[in-house]
Amino acid sequence: MASIEQQAKGGKSADVRYLTPLDIETKKEAKYCRFKKKDIKYIDYKDADFLMYLVNEQGKILPRRLTGTSLKYQRKVAQAIKRARHLALMPYVGDLLK
Amino acid sequence: MNHYETVFILNPVLSDTQIKETVQKFNDYLVSKGAEMISKEDWGLKKLAYPIQKKKSGFYHLFEFKISGEEISAFELEFRRDDSIMRYLTVRLDNHAAAWAEKRRERKTAKK
Repeated sequence: MASIEQQAKGGKSADVRYLTPLDIETKKEAKYCRFKKKDIKYIDYKDADFLMYLVNEQGKILPRRLTGTSLKYQRKVAQAIKRARHLALMPYVGDLLK
Repeated sequence: MNHYETVFILNPVLSDTQIKETVQKFNDYLVSKGAEMISKEDWGLKKLAYPIQKKKSGFYHLFEFKISGEEISAFELEFRRDDSIMRYLTVRLDNHAAAWAEKRRERKTAKK
């Protein structure tokens, strides 16, 4: 292991150092609200199969930062899931739903 | 007159005739209160996502109707009085929801 000074001089024994930032693709895929995109105005609480996409495997409602849903529709999603849970179409707590 | 939709779950131990009677009873109740029935759906015996009253399944029924808002609390009281109803949910449909309900109905009839 070379000393810091040697590394700075670029001695042969220096560990690999990067002077320019690595060229890694960092641009993420843009998120979009699926309800806005498909022009869905009403989220049906009776359609439990669809609502299953919006919960995690414990049956918890997924946050907007993961699904990309806009705030307006996230409120409706939450309302629909809660209604579906009341009618036992979806579980309040689950295990390995997916 | 508002547009409403009610889903209720009937006890699975009931016989077919008892179910028909109960559904008819609520239907008659609504009609007697001046409701305009739009559709009735029978989803049949469905498995519940979690047990209710220690039962794992139930008969789901759906009513769609128009009635004035004051009648709803009395209608829900009828549900609470009836032992064979395990769960119920009444929601008012706004314009988007009503449009969706109509689309859903059309799809149902097209299937048949």
